[in-house]
Amino acid sequence: MTFVDRYPDATRIVKASFIVAFTALGIGGLFGLIQALHRTGTFRGIVSSVQYYDVLTGHGVLLALVFTTFFIVGLYQWGVSRSLEREPENMTFAWSWFWMMTVGTVLTTIAILGGLIPGTEISAAVLYTFYPPLQAHPLFYIGAALLVVGSWLAAADWFWSFRKWRQKNPDATIPLQTYMVLFTMLMWYVCSIGVALEVVVLLIPWSLGLVTNIDPLLPRTLFWYFGHAVVYFWLLPAYFVWYSILPKLSGGRLFSDSLTRIVFILFLLLSTPIGFHHQYADPGITLGYKIWAVISTLLILLPSLMTAFTVISSMEHGARQRGGSGYFAWMGALPWNRPAFVGCALAGIMFAAGGFSGMINASLNIDMLIHNTAWIPGHFHLTVGTASALTFMAITYWILPQLTGRNLKFKKLALAQPYTWFAGMTLMSNALHRAGLAGIPRRVSEPEYRTVTYDPPFGTVSEMQWQVALGGTILFISLIFFLVVVVASWRGGEEGPIDDTLPAPLSGPEHSPKILDNMKLWIGIAIVLVLLAYTLPLADMVMDGLFSPGAPPSPV
Amino acid sequence: MHIHRFEKLWIGLSLFLIACFIGIVMFGFTVLDLKVPGGDRSGKTVDPKTVMAEGPFSNPGVREAENGEYDVYMLAQKFLFRPSSGQPLVLPKGKRVTFHITSPDVIHGFEVVGTNINAMAIPGQIATFTTIFPKTGTYGVICHEYCGAAHHTMQGQIKVVPASEYDESNLVSTSAN
Ligand code: HEM
Ligand SMILES: [Cu+2]
Ligand SMILES: [Cu+2]
Repeated sequence: MTFVDRYPDATRIVKASFIVAFTALGIGGLFGLIQALHRTGTFRGIVSSVQYYDVLTGHGVLLALVFTTFFIVGLYQWGVSRSLEREPENMTFAWSWFWMMTVGTVLTTIAILGGLIPGTEISAAVLYTFYPPLQAHPLFYIGAALLVVGSWLAAADWFWSFRKWRQKNPDATIPLQTYMVLFTMLMWYVCSIGVALEVVVLLIPWSLGLVTNIDPLLPRTLFWYFGHAVVYFWLLPAYFVWYSILPKLSGGRLFSDSLTRIVFILFLLLSTPIGFHHQYADPGITLGYKIWAVISTLLILLPSLMTAFTVISSMEHGARQRGGSGYFAWMGALPWNRPAFVGCALAGIMFAAGGFSGMINASLNIDMLIHNTAWIPGHFHLTVGTASALTFMAITYWILPQLTGRNLKFKKLALAQPYTWFAGMTLMSNALHRAGLAGIPRRVSEPEYRTVTYDPPFGTVSEMQWQVALGGTILFISLIFFLVVVVASWRGGEEGPIDDTLPAPLSGPEHSPKILDNMKLWIGIAIVLVLLAYTLPLADMVMDGLFSPGAPPSPV
Repeated sequence: MHIHRFEKLWIGLSLFLIACFIGIVMFGFTVLDLKVPGGDRSGKTVDPKTVMAEGPFSNPGVREAENGEYDVYMLAQKFLFRPSSGQPLVLPKGKRVTFHITSPDVIHGFEVVGTNINAMAIPGQIATFTTIFPKTGTYGVICHEYCGAAHHTMQGQIKVVPASEYDESNLVSTSAN
């Protein structure tokens, strides 16, 4: 008996979500390879330097928005069903959110790929941040809106299951996995309302030609209201894995249940009010708000540093259970031959490095050295591109057998995959960081300029270029490994007992104060903090009219 | 609720680290005067549709300000900087120069390679910041925000000369406003 036998309906939704997620991952990864070869001048024969921006839009949207969101709804449906021990309440409702998200994804993808096909009217080379007055085909925005609204319904579905569970268990503590799901989704509601307003109220009417001009600063601000918290929407599901599954994969148990809850509360409270740190270099936003963003951004380091502690101590506990000893020697006792563990652990290590470069980004005046340079993709390929993406791939190796009832195939390939990802990302990311310090910009197909000579503080430009190209190639190969394992295991694989148990934490929920489960309280505080951070600056931008100062559209 | 003493120590150290980071930023901001771009001092916005026809941006370039300081009014537009694309923008070494940058079309970026000069040019807004070039030489300027098909060609140059050699005849006269 494993997940698929107990919850066959939930299994279907999870599998369907994973299919969309991994398709997006494959296409997006191919685009990443093209970029890595193109912008380094290694090979420019696949797309033109103008089509590069269609490809880059596809890469950002398919990976950062589609792959993540679909994997997350699959993972969270799995977590809710197993921890509440319930099937989805109503399958028509469940399929309707799935299809809404999927149709949205297809529309947006058509709009993007249209730009690569000569002779089509449709295109959307606006990148995944879609700053107006750059204008995409209306399908791009309509699809994005469907994707977001669909994810809201998915969250509503889990709250529905939770209410039903609560009626039967009026006094019980919320099971930890469901707790993490619900708090992530509360944060998602708070932040994604910003991008929904941007797209539905401003961009869709404008792209349809109902209004001509657009005020670029207001949608940009609404985007970043959403845009920082969205990184926690990508990250918290990785934390969900690190807190609830990784300790077991290391051979031990989670360190503390209540600290896990506190960490999720801190993310709900602090994620959204800090979006202005993406606008440090923007005019039209008063310095006071930028300073406030510095302080609150650095404060959000706290829950991540607490996570580092809990995850490492849970792993140490596991290693010691497995016979490890010594100050550092226990690390050798961890299961470095099990793909799911290796992927999560390497993702955690890369996340620590990404955290450090993120502290530089957060530091207002220091950020001016690297804002919008290659440093930034160097940074977030460690965070979303590895901490989230590699964790998601790794945990698939553990969850997929529970969905198929069969063991994983090609275990050696699966084991090689996280190691190759780590090697490829080390090459690509270190070189992108250093290229950024030399002033090489991001988002550009040909970073060679007649008027510019770069003077890198560390290394040489040509050495960075080949590291990015080689690293990108290794990453793409790693991705192929992953897809081969998944496709082969989807139908194949031996039947047999499947490991799916999760042990209780060392310090369990019986030690958790009741107040941690008080969702109304925490969402209330979260909303107050958002209002404090955003009311005045948004009022400033809206006062002179929603669409003014208005700039004419610029279709791309 | 039980918190392990190592964990308490770790949380304490984390808060200390965070305080240090905040301290460093504030020290840079106040003592070293490392500011970031902000809006126009008067908080004014401009109309992107008319900004090239009227007001200071209709005649972009360097202007003399009070106390031996200078103002640069610059347009970042598809796909050039005015001034600094084509002819380099010439500035005196060691003087306080205040940039005012806006865009008449889409969002652009303004990066002076190898320095901490970095700003967004947003239609409707004026990015304002003050800087000093401590060394003579030529600096590359790049648009670092994607702005359309020829984004990767959008570039310029700043040439910094000794203040004594600075040719004031190239200044835009304020009466041209
Ligand atoms: C095969 C693996 C990958 C390769 C080779 C790769 C390569 C790249 C490169 C070279 C860039 C910089 C392009 C530029 O600024 O001109 C980039 C941007 C980006 N990548 Fe990746 N990447 C990979 C995987 C991922 C993953 C897994 C994610 C997220 C889940 C991701 C998210 C992004 C995002 C959001 C951008 C920024 C797009 C933009 O600036 O609009 N990438 N990638
Ligand atoms: Cu952020
Ligand atoms: Cu540009």
